[in-house]
Amino acid sequence: MNEDPLDPHPPQRSWSPAETSEGSQELAPAGALRLDHSVASVLRIPEGALDAGQIDVERGEDTMIINMGPQHPSTHGVLRLMLELEGETVLRTKPVVGYLHTGMEKTAEELTYVQGATNVTRMDYLSPLHNELVFSLATEALLGVQVPPRAVWIRMLMSELNRMSSHLMWMATNGMDLGSTSMMIYGFRERELVLEFFQKTTGLRMNHNYVRPGGVAADLPDGWEDDVEIICDTVLERTYEYDELLTGQPIFRERTEAVGSLSAEVAVALSATGPILRSTGVPWDLRRTMPYLAYDEVDFDVIVGTYGDNFDRYSIRLNEIRESVRIVRQVLEKMPRGDYRLQDAKVTPPPRRRIDESMEALIHHFKVFTEGFRVPEGEVYVAVESPRGELGCYLVSDGTAKPYRCHIRGPSFVNLQTLPALLRGGLIADAVAVISSVDPVMGEVDR
Amino acid sequence: MTEGPGAVPTTTSVEPSAAAPLVFVARNEYHDRVAQLKAEGFEMCADLCAVDYLSHPARRLPEGVVGERFEVVVNLLSLSMKRRVRIRVQVPESDPSVPTLFDLYPGSEAMEREAYDMHGVVFTGHPDLTRILMPEDWEGHPLRKDYGVGRVPVQFKEAPGPR
Repeated sequence: MNEDPLDPHPPQRSWSPAETSEGSQELAPAGALRLDHSVASVLRIPEGALDAGQIDVERGEDTMIINMGPQHPSTHGVLRLMLELEGETVLRTKPVVGYLHTGMEKTAEELTYVQGATNVTRMDYLSPLHNELVFSLATEALLGVQVPPRAVWIRMLMSELNRMSSHLMWMATNGMDLGSTSMMIYGFRERELVLEFFQKTTGLRMNHNYVRPGGVAADLPDGWEDDVEIICDTVLERTYEYDELLTGQPIFRERTEAVGSLSAEVAVALSATGPILRSTGVPWDLRRTMPYLAYDEVDFDVIVGTYGDNFDRYSIRLNEIRESVRIVRQVLEKMPRGDYRLQDAKVTPPPRRRIDESMEALIHHFKVFTEGFRVPEGEVYVAVESPRGELGCYLVSDGTAKPYRCHIRGPSFVNLQTLPALLRGGLIADAVAVISSVDPVMGEVDR
Repeated sequence: MTEGPGAVPTTTSVEPSAAAPLVFVARNEYHDRVAQLKAEGFEMCADLCAVDYLSHPARRLPEGVVGERFEVVVNLLSLSMKRRVRIRVQVPESDPSVPTLFDLYPGSEAMEREAYDMHGVVFTGHPDLTRILMPEDWEGHPLRKDYGVGRVPVQFKEAPGPR
């Protein structure tokens, strides 16, 4: 086999190398260097090794190993990359992770199912509500309970608002990585709108512990319709301003088009999900393909790309904000009345007013928050579409009040594997842009 | 592949479940069965993790499957059929090793490294089976049930004793 299946093929975008009065620029376009296709894109060396002389490097004398991170300001947290370079071209890459590992899966085994949501919400800190959602769905699947319709729709509303805030945050940091500080300010400004609504509803801006097994922690605040309406109108209007700022801008397009491209075969082989998989043209969105909550009752489009490059991933995220606005507006119309959490004294605490009148309610309240509730023995895998891809939870119960094993399949952790394929043959100057377009959240990668 | 002394009898059973069928597979058939499932249209390895059943040995298993200490759980995803399948392999404590899926699903590389790091399950044939989350010189496998919580002195601090 001569061709490396993991090597990205150059995309077919119109590309004109930059010409100067001295001839074409030193920064040649990707693909100019003839790559050895028998060598894979992943650099497999010990983390401590940095001397190229000790390493079996791909091309011999002219290569060097550059260590990028973990304190690099543009690697989105504590991500470290070891890059094998020839001149300015990246050959192989080794992502080194684990600097933020705090043993959250071990901690989950020591917490009850009631406390569990407070733990998982700290994993992907940009989409905390999706973490809580997947944990709650897995617990509910083991319990065999159904949450009331209002709780389902509140969960959907909050997940879509969270998707908006997460993508806005990505727009901000991606803009900053590409040198557009204005985009950073605008992205954070719009995200603030969403976070203020979260604060009003859940009490916190991040790490909400709002979605819990059995429903949600509290009902939506009075006048939530108006707040959400304002968020939808503002964010939707602003996305068209981002279009003017970035989408049509020649410098932005030069820096994103045909940079870090990926083919659909490679993306599937590397288990990539979310915007990375969709950018290669695969219409895979769990909200559509394997609907959960009530996503089969709302109307929205799955955005796909063509070339699998940075620009496609940018366009997908920008348009997914608009689709989320569309879903949120439908949720506004269809929000059912009723309970916001299951009224099952064995799973959820009784309403506050019942505690004053009923001895049993007081006992149940006390039991739920001290011992928690017992979950029948079994194991389950549940997945939701987080802003970064398939967020899965594999939960094993041994019949006690604490999970026997709580494994979280973090989309960032798996998507990081596409980095060597995306970077191979590209320029080191584009490395930061490519890392940004993968959108890794290190809290979730390292857990 | 090598057969450990505590090898599971060659049993494959499928539990009927509409959402995600469960497949219990013996260790010596594991790789072939996954290859067969890949040929049937499960293009993606969505998730791979290990579970340590040390303190919960009496779990429910179908007839013919003898529970071992470790279990490797693989979630395969079919994009074309919109279906999932979950494979559970019993791995004995005396020889905690299973063949790697890297040749079938290159995306399982990081997940197998994590399972090795956290549980000490060796994936034979893996191209780079090193620790991924813990430091390279770390001793022990944190998610094993006999690895204590809070009994590890805090690194970088002189104070000994429990955290």
